[in-house]
Amino acid sequence: MSLIDLSAAELVAQLRRGDVSSVEVTRAYLDRIAAVDKKINAFLRVDADRGLSAAKNIDARRVRGAALGLLAGLPVAVKDVLCTVDEPTTCASRMLERFVPPYDATVIAKLRTADAVLIGWTNMDEFAMGGSGENSAFGPTRNPWDTERITGGSSSGSAAAVAARMAPAAIGSDTGGSIRQPAGLCGITGLKPTYGRVSRYGLVAFASSLDQVGPMARSAEDASLLLEAIAGHDPLDSTSLDRPAEKYSESVGRPLEKLRLGVAKEHFGEGLDTEVAAAVREAIRVYESLGATVEEISLPHSKYAVATYYIIAPCEASSNLARYDGAHYGYRTDEKAMLAELEAERKTLIAAGNKEAADDLDSPLVRMYRRSRSEAFGPEVKRRIMLGTYALSAGYYDAYYLKALKVRRLIRRDYDEAFAKVDLIIGPVTATPAYKIGEKADDPLAMYLDDVYTVSANLAGCCGIAFPCGMSSGGLPIGVQLQGPPLAEDRLLRATAMFQCSTMWHRREVNRSL
Amino acid sequence: MSLTRADVEKVSLLARLRMSEAELDAMTEQLGQVLGYVEQLAELDTDGVEPMAHALDVANVLVDDVVRPSLARDAALANAPHRDEACFLVPAVLGE
Repeated sequence: MSLIDLSAAELVAQLRRGDVSSVEVTRAYLDRIAAVDKKINAFLRVDADRGLSAAKNIDARRVRGAALGLLAGLPVAVKDVLCTVDEPTTCASRMLERFVPPYDATVIAKLRTADAVLIGWTNMDEFAMGGSGENSAFGPTRNPWDTERITGGSSSGSAAAVAARMAPAAIGSDTGGSIRQPAGLCGITGLKPTYGRVSRYGLVAFASSLDQVGPMARSAEDASLLLEAIAGHDPLDSTSLDRPAEKYSESVGRPLEKLRLGVAKEHFGEGLDTEVAAAVREAIRVYESLGATVEEISLPHSKYAVATYYIIAPCEASSNLARYDGAHYGYRTDEKAMLAELEAERKTLIAAGNKEAADDLDSPLVRMYRRSRSEAFGPEVKRRIMLGTYALSAGYYDAYYLKALKVRRLIRRDYDEAFAKVDLIIGPVTATPAYKIGEKADDPLAMYLDDVYTVSANLAGCCGIAFPCGMSSGGLPIGVQLQGPPLAEDRLLRATAMFQCSTMWHRREVNRSL
Repeated sequence: MSLTRADVEKVSLLARLRMSEAELDAMTEQLGQVLGYVEQLAELDTDGVEPMAHALDVANVLVDDVVRPSLARDAALANAPHRDEACFLVPAVLGE
């Protein structure tokens, strides 16, 4: 058995005992990345020298008997959306291709405190906008189960890296399903914590009332370690919950007694693939065999969740992304070409006798903003900025944004009522297994509708976890989702661990040679 | 509320974006589809429902007013596309 076959929990235990060194583990993963990532494109950057030197340092401290952190020596891959000192943080965008943050995100600082080895920065949909992994300025990530297919997104590289054993665990972020959806499509375990459970300080903002950082790993046990390392109150994030992180890794192995699962009839309606529905139903039976009771519940407003999300998230995005102005950091257009363009436009208008239009031309500063943003943002980011700007513009605010905020409240009330009766809600995470790259490229609305099972948890501020529960006849992983009330991460992890103790789906492995 | 190409052009200026003719056409169609879809919210009666801007019942968080070091000027300017020793530089804003 090779080192890359061991779980994160097992690796941490072996590292702790001194059975294996962090340098050996890190090298094994670096070799694996070198061997297979050309086919996957999970990593935007891998810094072998820095990773190995961090590993060496941890090994030396262990030998000296120094106190080490929770993840000591474990390689972790990080979605390229968290600010890291001395390391570009690109969000897979031309806009930030050369941006090197002057500070560490709190999650990065916590990973360093836990003595994790930051092994590489993973690909993603640009600015975390997308559900396929195709919207990266640096090329799509390919699904390790079938490289013609999408990984899901936006945490595409983190999901693929874990699935292809290029990292034992990874960090993702989830605004409308960006951890759970690729986890489901790549056959791994991904958890979106409760809003406020993990600090957003230094997380490049997409939709600030929805964004949340979380763990992606091969099992609930592995995810519990990572979550324990990154969760907790942060005075630098005013929306961070003032509760200490729980010892998730200590409780994860304890089964839940008298677990009450809710099944929402709305989750099994039109559009759900029959194989996915069957696999999720089978997962429900597994829970029943483990002593859980199952009750039908209703989330009557869930059919409005995608519409609500695709107003609120773009509104917040358009406001957040206004900071990319080509002045303070990030991409700036070629100024000479920009001035020449303006001058040429002015001359053409004057020659045509249209002095009024010539006077209305953009000022050089405004044209600099517009050209910089248009040249550096990809089509999906532009679509969302446009959508949000439109919905927030004079005359439309009440009809779109305010209306969506009210429906958001109704969606939250559905959850409150459901969680008065059940402990967790079980259902699908995606309607189908992974589709072919390019299949939905020209149909943004179809791609948005893929988020139907995941966006509600973000809108309501609940937590959710996705993990594998079956395989399609085409050999692709099928995921199941558990959703819990605020701060039920421990319950989610334990419920997932119960399932993983009695099934083998999470142990299925992609073709070794890819 | 159907979206016109002129609306899209106007919004592109508000959003500080600039689009080719082909992009404007595609954007008009795609945004139109999404707006058509989200229109379904209108069928819900939300009178008297309090808007939910945030997932948490956010309370004001206050910190002690203590002087702390902030980002050094050089670090703040380090990523500027165009700068001098102390400032971000942008195209001239005032007259010729």
